[in-house]
Amino acid sequence: MLHGYGASLLEGSLLTLAVAFASLAIALVLGLLGALAKLSRLRPLRWLAQTYTTLIRGVPDLVMMLTVFYGGQVLINYVGDRFGWGYVDIDPFVAGVLTIGFIFGAYITEVLRGAFLAVPAGQKEAALAFGMTPRQVLVRVVGPQMLRHALPGLSNNWLVMVKSTAIVSVIGLSDLMNRSAQAAGATHEPFMFYLAAGGMYLLFTSVSEWGFAALQRKLAIGVRQVAV
Amino acid sequence: MTLRRTTVLAAALAALLSFAGATQAQAPDWKKVRIAVEGAYPPFSEIGTDGKIKGFDIDIANALCAEMKAECTLVNQEWDGMIPALQARKFDAIVAQMSITEERQKSVLFTNKYSNTPAWLIAKAGTSADQSAAAWKGKKIGVQRTTTHDRFATEHFKNSEIVRYAKQDEVFLDLAAGRIDGVLCDSVSADMGFMKTPAGKGFARVGAPIDDPKIFGIGAGIAVRKTDTGLQQKLNAAIAAIRANGTYKKIQDKYFEFDVYGQ
Amino acid sequence: MDFDVILDSLPMYGQGALVTLALLALSLGFGMLLALPLAMLRSLPSPWAWRPVWAFTYVMRGTPLLVQVFLLYYGLAQFEVVRDSALWPLLRSAWFCAVAAFVLNTGAYTTEILYGAMRAVPGGEVEAAKALGMSRWTTFRRIILPSAFRRSLPAYGNEVVLMLHATSLASTVTLYDLTGAAREVNSRFYMPFEAFITAGVCYLLLTFVLVGLFRAAEARWLAPLTAR
Repeated sequence: MLHGYGASLLEGSLLTLAVAFASLAIALVLGLLGALAKLSRLRPLRWLAQTYTTLIRGVPDLVMMLTVFYGGQVLINYVGDRFGWGYVDIDPFVAGVLTIGFIFGAYITEVLRGAFLAVPAGQKEAALAFGMTPRQVLVRVVGPQMLRHALPGLSNNWLVMVKSTAIVSVIGLSDLMNRSAQAAGATHEPFMFYLAAGGMYLLFTSVSEWGFAALQRKLAIGVRQVAV
Repeated sequence: MTLRRTTVLAAALAALLSFAGATQAQAPDWKKVRIAVEGAYPPFSEIGTDGKIKGFDIDIANALCAEMKAECTLVNQEWDGMIPALQARKFDAIVAQMSITEERQKSVLFTNKYSNTPAWLIAKAGTSADQSAAAWKGKKIGVQRTTTHDRFATEHFKNSEIVRYAKQDEVFLDLAAGRIDGVLCDSVSADMGFMKTPAGKGFARVGAPIDDPKIFGIGAGIAVRKTDTGLQQKLNAAIAAIRANGTYKKIQDKYFEFDVYGQ
Repeated sequence: MDFDVILDSLPMYGQGALVTLALLALSLGFGMLLALPLAMLRSLPSPWAWRPVWAFTYVMRGTPLLVQVFLLYYGLAQFEVVRDSALWPLLRSAWFCAVAAFVLNTGAYTTEILYGAMRAVPGGEVEAAKALGMSRWTTFRRIILPSAFRRSLPAYGNEVVLMLHATSLASTVTLYDLTGAAREVNSRFYMPFEAFITAGVCYLLLTFVLVGLFRAAEARWLAPLTAR
């Protein structure tokens, strides 16, 4: 059915997952820092975060990827030549992960910012009235509640990220999408292979959604869900 | 930031840089050569069911490396990004049926040719053999982007709609589906990559093979960076050697029943 | 870097930008038309209402847009029976395939965003509406939807920007959008950096406009919900 390309597709899937998880780690850290910066009272921080999110969200992933991969390499070559380092290669995997993590850090900043804003204002005010420091307010009161509101946006972005990993094929990484396209081209049967690729991504999604649903249930303990 | 945080950050940055994997300096003795191949241009270059790249270009590249007594690594690269990646030193040579043209010679250095196959215009069997721009007025012609065929079609078929694709097999898919009326591409790619496959039944060449040296160049060569004249000379010597000692013919016969070296 | 060539090619970029905007408007417009009823169905208690919607968003969010576009464009055309059918004039067109894929995709994501925002409406408000005797439809119209739209502004802003970048996939099925124009310039003049950076700048400008619009919208409609 798959004309023998099955094993190749599986190998590509593993690479896709590796890139996705590594990028997620970077994106979450950047997203949290960004959201806090955007909501802070310090104008320079807000400005910096705003520039970050606007710039990253303004340029398509593909262009960013090419810039980091080729442009970054040229930059490192230049610096390396100055210092006599010889040739330092930007591994495509590292370039891909850094790019995707950096890109989605900006999107997650927005999601977390929206989630922070969705926590009723009274919560923060009451906590401050009790004499908690801003850090304690964040960690003990607003943070946990914010997570519940952030989940739909986070899950959306995770799913988008897994699929965005497909652009790493442009810089030579043989991920799932890349291998499906090769197989489709070689056999002239695009439907079969794109369906197979779609099925694989759907599998990743199933596991992710199941995980997010479990997390949602845990975080929503004590919150009444009202039926319309 | 506290001193501790700064130190941690600096350590992380250093770790990241070392993670990027520093490799040995590419000394000009060319004992190690990285070669880019496309992997999407059967029968010259394709990915097999085991995920490994194979094809005429790959065999030639390996033969040349054996001749140069160099250790070669093959790198898969999309056609669109071939030359920029070469400039960025991602690899040292391109073996991907890249035609030697004046335009490209402004950016890269080519070796002597290692193959030369003409271009074909293909369409549904029974289409008139007229290749003039007038005959194809209002029709759609598919080409792979950034190729010499793209350039020729754009300049020659001024009254037709030129539809561009990233990969050659996408062009063939749309021809089979009837979305485009004709395709301008390499003869071998058309013949063995499409017309001899089940999807290509009912399609044939239109008119004579097209060979315009100004646009199509004098054949396909290996592209290297302009500063790497040493590598260019070694490759030229290797090409001459495998032509002379029969290795070239052996590889050619494995894939083709005809001569691909051309005049 | 040589930008004279780019200046000469600006008309091509202009043409491409118009196509991009058209794709974006069509996708978002029809996508929202699709998402509103689906989100409402999703929030109903009956499984007959929400399960089909859930399945739809599940599949659409679970597979990459590129796979969806390719399946619609290349995959379906593989079959003789499709080519002979009445739908072929539509399916033959790259415009139709691309827009259809975009609409289905953004429709699914928007459904989830709206649904999540609907659930975030404080339960007390919904119960008060019920106590006052409002019908289900009136509650939706006057209580839930206005509140949900406000809360979904940050996440929907994200979605709109993501959609703008997603339209660049149209260039993979022969459409001549902004990315298509950049590829054309690259193909004619062998200048990938200049070509793609220009496209990047264009996308950036478009994004600025969109982000500005959403920030104004948030200031007007979401600000009342923030803590001061």
